[in-house]
Amino acid sequence: MKTNELNALAYELRKNVMDIIKAGKGGHIGGDMSVMDTLVTLYFHEMNISPKNMDDAGRDRFIMSKGHSVEALYAVLAGKGFFPLEEVLSKFSQFGSEFIGHPNNHLPGIEMNSGSLGHGLPVAVGMALAGKMNHQNYRVYVVMGDGELAEGSVWEGAMSAHNYNLDNLCAVVDRNRLQISGGTEEVMKQDSQVERWKAFGWNVIDVKDGNNIQELEDAFAAARLCKGSPTVLIANTVKGCGSSVMENKASWHHKVPTQEEYEQIMKDLEARREVFCHE
Amino acid sequence: MNKITNRQVICEVLMERAAQDKDIVVLCSDSRGSASMTPFTEKFPEQFVEAGIAEQDLVGMAAGLAKCGKKSYAFSPACFLSTRSYEQCKIDCAYSDTNVKLIGISGGISYGALGMSHHSAQDIAALSAIPNMRVYLPSDRHLTRHLINALLEDQKCAYVRTGRNAVEDVYESDEACPFVMNRANVLMEGDDIAIVAAGEMVYPAVKAAELLEESGIHASVTDMYCIKPLDTETLLKVAGNAKAVITVEEHSPFGGLGSMVAQVIGEHCPKTVKCLALPDAPVITGTSQEVFDYYGLNAAGIAQTAKKILG
Repeated sequence: MKTNELNALAYELRKNVMDIIKAGKGGHIGGDMSVMDTLVTLYFHEMNISPKNMDDAGRDRFIMSKGHSVEALYAVLAGKGFFPLEEVLSKFSQFGSEFIGHPNNHLPGIEMNSGSLGHGLPVAVGMALAGKMNHQNYRVYVVMGDGELAEGSVWEGAMSAHNYNLDNLCAVVDRNRLQISGGTEEVMKQDSQVERWKAFGWNVIDVKDGNNIQELEDAFAAARLCKGSPTVLIANTVKGCGSSVMENKASWHHKVPTQEEYEQIMKDLEARREVFCHE
Repeated sequence: MNKITNRQVICEVLMERAAQDKDIVVLCSDSRGSASMTPFTEKFPEQFVEAGIAEQDLVGMAAGLAKCGKKSYAFSPACFLSTRSYEQCKIDCAYSDTNVKLIGISGGISYGALGMSHHSAQDIAALSAIPNMRVYLPSDRHLTRHLINALLEDQKCAYVRTGRNAVEDVYESDEACPFVMNRANVLMEGDDIAIVAAGEMVYPAVKAAELLEESGIHASVTDMYCIKPLDTETLLKVAGNAKAVITVEEHSPFGGLGSMVAQVIGEHCPKTVKCLALPDAPVITGTSQEVFDYYGLNAAGIAQTAKKILG
């Protein structure tokens, strides 16, 4: 797909996220919206993952370490054909459902369960090590939140990824600068992420606009060229990206929009989608 | 006196199998020496991953490797493995259903005088409470060999606790150890009282039964190496005709073998269950044997308890 088509798709899938959250009466809406462009770029451009190759040992691997943004993942996996969107809408958070509020590997397309933060990177390191041991060429991708980086286990994983020169591993930090209690720099300072990851021996790519698919495509391409070190993309994103109703507001970390808010947000998302359709 | 530790046997088995099975991967957390895994790391460096002193990373990496087809054996002192990386055991191994075998070395009070930070008297309770996690405490080197060979054949996660010191043989040889996965071994038959033990407590349990026999008391002894899934069928068989049950374990009195046995007996054949265990407190300083002796976790202590119960 062309870059503009992906940009448009990202806003279309954001609308699906709105419906998933509305149907389930809850969801981590702000982070869903900030990470959507990363997920769309990964699943529709960068990664070799599809419903057809999930049993192929050579497929790429993906871990959603910021598991609370599962509504965005569900929308993307449905868009890739792993399961119908209608199934997500009818089952999300319902009694007995496997479409729960964090990734669940009983569902097609999901490799590992997550939810508690700080788990994804060490597991991704293990997956990347297995690729090296087996002389396979697959790449491993892991998406983390910026609040998540306060977890010590992230830095244990960062340490070992460098120790084992895992250039087949690419991490993304969804740097939306907000967490549930407020700004990341107020809750627990995270700057400078670029310097921190560099100090851990990683190849760092500072993606100025992490909601711009062209920039993300370029960054993932650059990551592939890096040999001998793992790469991290610091994707500078906007929490709640897509509508001024929710953008950059910590209170939208987890929220169910009112009907009025829902309608306004859907209108805003459609307007942004249309811009890309006409470019 | 046997000089071969259970951890050495684990290393031997993995080395025997690793030559043919390149998917076997051993991970250590700066613990290859204390795990007795140094020979493995020297012979199979490409099948070894050093995690450094980072237990969360150790278990997370083991799960990632397993998810990509490896058979991960993650070694770390039981005290750290069962608590520092507990959430990784829960989410990355059990919940995500990965083929990770967690080997808790120097378990229980093996580290003796090093203090409570190095004791793992809660690991059985903690790991058993995780859905989809199995828990094993082999009693001697022969049973350890069978257990590791059996674990190499399955794809599910499990926690194995082993001690630091060489322990007396419970079984005469590998061949004399009648191993069936998840089936406890009844070592002695007797209808007066049923002694059920696990890990290093099995040997003193046998010696206690021999002492009781001298006094005309017929005790059964069961090696319940499979804590989870607990072999309830064998348990009910040995407990059925006995007047009471004694459990013996190197663990907190809460949530371990005693609690689990009492739960089963209470439901199916209510009778007295006496749980011999470590105290709910930091244990007294000493070697393993000194500590066991102090708390009555030895042949004389078990026998005395039996006599008291039987009046």
